Amino acid sequence: MPDLGKYADAVLSSYAASLVLLSLLVAITLYQGRKARRALEAVERKGNDRG
Amino acid sequence: MKALLARDLALALRAGGGFGLGLAFFLIVTVLVPLSVGPQSELLARIAPGLLWLGALLACLLSLDRLLALDWEDGTLDLLATSPLPLEAALSVKALAHWITTGLPLVLAAPVLGVLLNLPAPGFFWLVISLLLGTPALSVIGSFGAALTVGVKRGGLLMSLLVLPLYVPTLIFGAEVARRGAVGMETQTPLLMLAGITLGVIAIMPFASAAALRVNLR
Amino acid sequence: MSVTEPKTQPKRPSGFWSYANPVKFLALSERILPTLWWLSVICLAVGLIWGFFFTPDDFRQGSTVKIIYLHVPSALMAINAWFMMLVASLIWIVRRHHVSALAAKAAAPVGVVMTLIALVTGAIWGQPMWGTWWAWDPRLTSFLILFLFYLGYIALWEAIEDPDTAADLTSVLCLVGSVFAVLSRYAVNFWNQGLHQGASLSLDKEENVADVFYFPLLVAIAGFVLLFLALVLYRTGTEIRLRRTRALLAREARL
Repeated sequence: MPDLGKYADAVLSSYAASLVLLSLLVAITLYQGRKARRALEAVERKGNDRG
Repeated sequence: MKALLARDLALALRAGGGFGLGLAFFLIVTVLVPLSVGPQSELLARIAPGLLWLGALLACLLSLDRLLALDWEDGTLDLLATSPLPLEAALSVKALAHWITTGLPLVLAAPVLGVLLNLPAPGFFWLVISLLLGTPALSVIGSFGAALTVGVKRGGLLMSLLVLPLYVPTLIFGAEVARRGAVGMETQTPLLMLAGITLGVIAIMPFASAAALRVNLR
Repeated sequence: MSVTEPKTQPKRPSGFWSYANPVKFLALSERILPTLWWLSVICLAVGLIWGFFFTPDDFRQGSTVKIIYLHVPSALMAINAWFMMLVASLIWIVRRHHVSALAAKAAAPVGVVMTLIALVTGAIWGQPMWGTWWAWDPRLTSFLILFLFYLGYIALWEAIEDPDTAADLTSVLCLVGSVFAVLSRYAVNFWNQGLHQGASLSLDKEENVADVFYFPLLVAIAGFVLLFLALVLYRTGTEIRLRRTRALLAREARL
């Protein structure tokens, strides 16, 4: 851990905030992607079963 | 074109047309401000130009959803789209009608409300000039926002979200003219910028509005 | 502007334009996405860890200089994301490729998050440096306005049900918004000359940040760019699948 001096709060909080925002974005993206993939597969399977 | 202008004006002036609502809103905002920031006259004098501009802008915004929505509901817009008059021209006329019924009364009322806010004497002239130059841009930009959201039910809030960022340059230069005028600084640069924005917007925006409206009418 | 008439598509597109075909696009993105994810994670990790642990403090700014590895790349991507949306909107208007419209839609939330990161890190940086969280400095104000443009763009996508209408209207908004964003930038500059330091990166060496900070910063920027690409590709794929699901369901309902 480097010595951040008197600005430790600022540096750490900006890293924390950015990483939280980025990982939220990635998590939401992946979640929505998975859901869309499942929905499409379900619809396609149903279509194949019938004809 | 003249017929369309006359019709829009007549509809706006008739009972239920909403004429005067924007004006009343402008008045109320101006009255509420001293109640919220306190009655010190120096403070009011300093913020008066910006506040009057903001009030005029919001009053303009408030009346935008009437610009196209009623004609959309009763099918007038479909007729306009198939008429020989290009949609660009029809939208320009509608924006002009909106300015005459909303923008112009605001310009005329602004000095009176300036008295309430203790606006310094040299500020009155520049306030009127800047509003006179700036409010047409507000109407024209507003017609673009109205054309984008005309197909959305209860799109008033959405339209505010779309239109307000587009109002930023006009507001900055317009309020700057009024502010500089009130404290006796030179106003030429922002005045020219404001005029440039208004002219550019009048020349180009109808094409964007008509494109958006055609998509909605499809 | 020919927003209304759908253009006839070329018979057999080849080269770059062939990826306008959703199936080909999905196949391509499946192939390169894993690499892209890994590359972006590696670049981000290397850039940020290098920057955080192994760079000295600046003699004036102390350790807050470490925020640069987040602030500058995210600010850069916030602007580039809008620029990418503008190009994608133009391609949609001119060539009517659905993938292009969906890519613009997919990029907007990424752009919002980048803008938000730039604003938040800027505010946290500003607190010790300028003594205030927020100053109405031109650059900060411009970013706030850019943020509003992103919000309006996303709200318009959400509000309109018919996907082609939504694509057309948002494209027009993106074009008009770009003009006004540039105008606002100049207006804001005129309105208040600011506290913000000049560009951290430029080809002109004199103004540049020192080399010790420069190289990790480049790696971090590469990481942000790669992450942006990966996210946009992935999200575009998601939009294509959602669209296809809807089309299949609609067809089923008709049968």
